[in-house]
Amino acid sequence: MNNKYYSPLVFELSKPGRSGYSLPKNHWGEHHIGDINENLLRQSKPELPEVDELTLVRHYTNMSNNNFGVDTGFYPLGSCTMKYNPKINEEMAALPAFTSLHPSTPECLTQGALELYYNLQRALSEISGLSEFTLNPCAGAHGELTGLMVIRAYHQSRGDHKRTKIIVPNSAHGTNPASAAVCGLQIVEVGSTPQGTVDVEALKELLNDEVAGMMMTNPNTLGIFETQIPQIAQLIHECGGLMYYDGANLNPMLGVCRPGDMGFDVMHINLHKTFSTPHGGGGPGSGPVGVTAALAEFLPNPKVVKGEDGLFHITYSDSALGSVSPLFGNFSVLVRAYTYILSMGREYIPMAGKLSVLNANYIKEQLKAYYKLPIDGLCKHEFVFDGLLEEYGGGAHDADKVTTLDIAKRLLDYGYHAPTIYFPLLFHESMMIEPTETESKETIDQFIEVMRKIALEAKDDKALLHGAPHHTPIRRPDDVFAVKNAKFTF
Amino acid sequence: MKYIPHTQADIDQMLQVVGVDSLDDLYGEVPEQLKLKRELDLPSAMSEIEIRNHIEALADQNKLLTIFAGAGSYDHYTPSVIPYIMSRSEFSTSYTPYQAEISQGTLQYIFEYQTMMARLTGLDISNASMYDGATATAEAMMMCVAAAKKRNKVLIASTFAPRVLDVVATYAKYHGVELVKIPQIDGVSDKAFVDEALAQDDVAGVIVAQPNYWGIVEDFTGWADQCHEHKALFVVNAIASTLGVLRTPGEWGADIACGDAQSLGIPVGYGGPYIGYLCTTKALIRKMPGRLVGETVDAAGQRCFVLTMQAREQHIRREKATSNICTAQGYMCLHVAMYLSMMGEQGLREVCQQSYSAAHYLHDKLLETGKFEPCYSAPFFNEFTLKYTGEEGAKAFHKRMAEAGILAGVLVEGEADKIIFAVTEKRTPEEVARFLSLV
Repeated sequence: MNNKYYSPLVFELSKPGRSGYSLPKNHWGEHHIGDINENLLRQSKPELPEVDELTLVRHYTNMSNNNFGVDTGFYPLGSCTMKYNPKINEEMAALPAFTSLHPSTPECLTQGALELYYNLQRALSEISGLSEFTLNPCAGAHGELTGLMVIRAYHQSRGDHKRTKIIVPNSAHGTNPASAAVCGLQIVEVGSTPQGTVDVEALKELLNDEVAGMMMTNPNTLGIFETQIPQIAQLIHECGGLMYYDGANLNPMLGVCRPGDMGFDVMHINLHKTFSTPHGGGGPGSGPVGVTAALAEFLPNPKVVKGEDGLFHITYSDSALGSVSPLFGNFSVLVRAYTYILSMGREYIPMAGKLSVLNANYIKEQLKAYYKLPIDGLCKHEFVFDGLLEEYGGGAHDADKVTTLDIAKRLLDYGYHAPTIYFPLLFHESMMIEPTETESKETIDQFIEVMRKIALEAKDDKALLHGAPHHTPIRRPDDVFAVKNAKFTF
Repeated sequence: MKYIPHTQADIDQMLQVVGVDSLDDLYGEVPEQLKLKRELDLPSAMSEIEIRNHIEALADQNKLLTIFAGAGSYDHYTPSVIPYIMSRSEFSTSYTPYQAEISQGTLQYIFEYQTMMARLTGLDISNASMYDGATATAEAMMMCVAAAKKRNKVLIASTFAPRVLDVVATYAKYHGVELVKIPQIDGVSDKAFVDEALAQDDVAGVIVAQPNYWGIVEDFTGWADQCHEHKALFVVNAIASTLGVLRTPGEWGADIACGDAQSLGIPVGYGGPYIGYLCTTKALIRKMPGRLVGETVDAAGQRCFVLTMQAREQHIRREKATSNICTAQGYMCLHVAMYLSMMGEQGLREVCQQSYSAAHYLHDKLLETGKFEPCYSAPFFNEFTLKYTGEEGAKAFHKRMAEAGILAGVLVEGEADKIIFAVTEKRTPEEVARFLSLV
């Protein structure tokens, strides 16, 4: 990443009469768009940019230098699992036999694509301990919505129409309640204990015959394993509900303890977190959904099954919840995740989980003398600090205190991405750190060193931190002005 | 293992700092009965050479056909610059641009994308992408209901692709929306039905497809006025590339434009990733789902870009958010911004013109074979529907063509002899001649 800002937009490079395209001559004779009734044609010009190829290539190349990515540096970004994105994944996903395959091609001629889909379903099933998967959802939130639809379809199939409440811990990510709302469910929040886990006694009070299920992630958003999960699952099942596992935090559990074995009935997996596919600045991701055998019939159409003839078939069933994607979702993301699973194999998939936990605990132990650790003890792949300790400028009642935002911005100056900040909502100065297993001890040691240095800076020179970042392509943007300005197009 | 940098010495030192004896001890609190006491039943780790052989063997079992089909996946040309720039990992390996200071690249191309999509659709603003055209339409439906407050009925054209209708109907079912299909007459939506339904004053929105599933360019004159008179929103789902020449949703008076932008040179890719788009008017901005990039200034006063209007979104508003969507297809915005920049108005018009001419040429020649009859008389763009009248039947014809390396349109489910063909600028005279010779 450059620290010099490349600022033009392509519209500012445009000049009438330039062009960046190359097309063959029109061979097709007399038919002309002008034959269509003028009322059906565009009345105004689209005012698209006009640029030559080199101008375009330089523009986007220079623009890319404004950006930070996993290939540039370390992302201690909690709940996002910013692991390395292997390069062979990209090459396999770019094979023309996948990229040029039209989805309406008869299935007998797409057997390779279907087999890959099938194999990935089977691998995810083994990894998660759930029987059947759909790979059609395009993102984690899309998977959540699909999983909740499975839960509703299940209750409705039994004529149990009053189950419209879903229990969500107050530490949950905002997508959980938002997905539930899109799915027509009412959200009931359950509180946390001082140790950061679900308050089981409070949960008991919420149980009745209107409960469709409960959404959890385990470890939770504080990075703490919910040890009471067998009891929670039993309580929910006894009251007739189903257990939903948000796969955002699956990485530390790989090969150690599977959601299916914890008592979950439905889950989604973020392939762009646990299975190394690139985040792409906000997608395309992929959010496969797994269910127990009893719920398999409700998974969305289309489905891929292996027939007795050994061939792979695309099927549609009436018992399915419906469709959430016209086809197979973000297929090329599936190719990447499959490649990753083959690269890691049964030997290294569990190592990914364990080393992500080691990295997180190693950071936590060495920084807790500087940053407020609200919940002590072993964490899993991530943990949360509640800002700086008072002696390092983090005093809660100090009007001039150094905030989590200041620390996050100062990290940018040192060439790191910021942690996830102000989430979970349980603390005022949350700073959620997740290192992932692909970071070396050296990288982690350097990060710890920088975090200590920032704490010392905060103690001595608060203004330096309040004004951070100082060395990035731009300085702190004015978010309030962005809303007031309301300028969303050039 | 090349993705795991830890040496045994590293692990030992780190365990010591943490204060546990082994990696397994890091899971000391996990109840024993929950732990997996065996190895995962997965293949052993493979080398790159083995992976390449395995996946290339799978790829070899796919047969690439010469594409004369669309139905939501259009085989337009992808200029080589696009995959070249898209492989820059500064873009691809970055996270959602919440840290604007180190994410201006992502924010700039999304801002460019938003601008181009707003101009293409003739509406004020565009969000920073949806998953695909089908879910974008479902989100538009939910937006209609949210904007109308006390109405939950939405009318949708039955001239959508069945796969898209399935997705919208699924969202409607679980979100509690009463979705009513508008009947069609000769392949176009029945306006009299819509007028009558609107007169009940309980409709939140009307959603139409342009060009529709059959390839027909429909005339929506008067639809928007009629909707607005009855306080319903008018939504046009348009195939993005056709907006280079066809009347825009904005020009039809639409409140929301949505659909798939796959047709802007995104590979057919066995169905994805594509990119859904959603554009709307300034008046509806607070009801809009998805991320939005806005222009602002930084502390030094220079122009820059940030994610904004986040009070609509799930991470702030939780269950009161306009949608649950967060990660969508952000990276595909870069594809679209580059495609539209390279093509410009002239290039996009030329793509449309060539696709149009080639489709009409094929249409006429297929009719000349005597094995097809027209189904509809309305104007079409680069996709059209014919009835196969040859002795073998449409299904056998389609299969025979596939065996000869040609994807001869899409068979219409439930309507035995109907086939929908599409042609793009990529098809050569030789390919078309070969297809015709085999018919």
